[in-house]
Amino acid sequence: MNVGNFPFVIAALLVVFGLYALLFKRNLIKMVIGVSLVETGVNLFLVMLGYRSDGAAPIYTYANAGERMVLPTPQALTLTSIVIGLATTALLLSFAVFVHGHYGTLDVRKIKELRG
Amino acid sequence: MGGCGMNQDGMSVIVRTVTRFIYGLILVFGFYVIMHGHLTPGGGFQGGAVVASAFALLLVALGTAGVKGHLNKHLLQSLEEVGALAFLGLAFAGIGTAFFYNLLANTGGGFFGVGVPAGPNAGVLNAGGLVPLMNWAVGLKVMTGIACIVIVMLVGARKEGTE
Amino acid sequence: MRKALLLVCFLFVTAFLLLAATSTRPFGTPNEAAMDDYFIANAQGEIAVNNVVTAVVFDYRGFDTLGEATVLFTAVISVLALFRKRREDEQWGGAA
Repeated sequence: MNVGNFPFVIAALLVVFGLYALLFKRNLIKMVIGVSLVETGVNLFLVMLGYRSDGAAPIYTYANAGERMVLPTPQALTLTSIVIGLATTALLLSFAVFVHGHYGTLDVRKIKELRG
Repeated sequence: MGGCGMNQDGMSVIVRTVTRFIYGLILVFGFYVIMHGHLTPGGGFQGGAVVASAFALLLVALGTAGVKGHLNKHLLQSLEEVGALAFLGLAFAGIGTAFFYNLLANTGGGFFGVGVPAGPNAGVLNAGGLVPLMNWAVGLKVMTGIACIVIVMLVGARKEGTE
Repeated sequence: MRKALLLVCFLFVTAFLLLAATSTRPFGTPNEAAMDDYFIANAQGEIAVNNVVTAVVFDYRGFDTLGEATVLFTAVISVLALFRKRREDEQWGGAA
């Protein structure tokens, strides 16, 4: 079955939704969700790059004999990318907690003035 | 802020009972995923995330006051540093040949040294050299690191919100 | 005015991303697979593991895993340092 480029369009749509949440929402937590959606779309695109048609997972335990395997390197590097996304999200949420404690609100239009 | 459940008491009796029952099962499953990382899909990062979700379940269900007897933040922090240093030490173990050289692979049946037959097979647990040890080091690091982050953010957020 | 400009830029970026996603190679045909074919063929002989992805993560590309462990460690230490109790603020403010 020929799917053409449809899976790559799905990954691009995830990035577009994340960009929408990042640009058009005013709550800080919703913007953090947008960043997380962009990272998810990029990770999905990375894993989709290593697929071979009619391929199986690159694991030899209980595998069928003589089967084609997909490429293992993009999966290994996506693991690194997911962990880095976790680190970024943890620090973003910590900063959101501090902004809420200092200004009393999470609206980005109200936290523009500097306050001591 | 009193109705969101993130207070000292935790959640209702049903949630607390089910959590006490299922916490051990999640821990065992996470350790299984870490241990068999060189045979089945999984490994250090994935199993560490599963165990960290068990710690987060404990924190949400019992509240910050109930978890003080179960999880010790200073112990978790020390274990995370031990895990990071263990991973670095295992990378330096084969420095006689190269950095990240697999010292114990195919050494003939000792500690993780059995060879693996080529092609599809049923999986040999005693194989892999330094790879299962690296799985344990990274799994320890990830599970205690994420547990530390969750505990510190929950306790600190309550204090920041009420100041 | 600013909302209209923002909307135009967002639609431009959306069109660019969708155009780029449809002009890649068809799904399922990777370009150069020689290195991964070597990994799949030799992981059981050299490293004695059944899981080729774990062999790539911890042995063939172990340096990337070391960098990732460093990033995770830095993130945990940064969060722990941010939420520290500020009891020493009076000391610093008085001494400076």
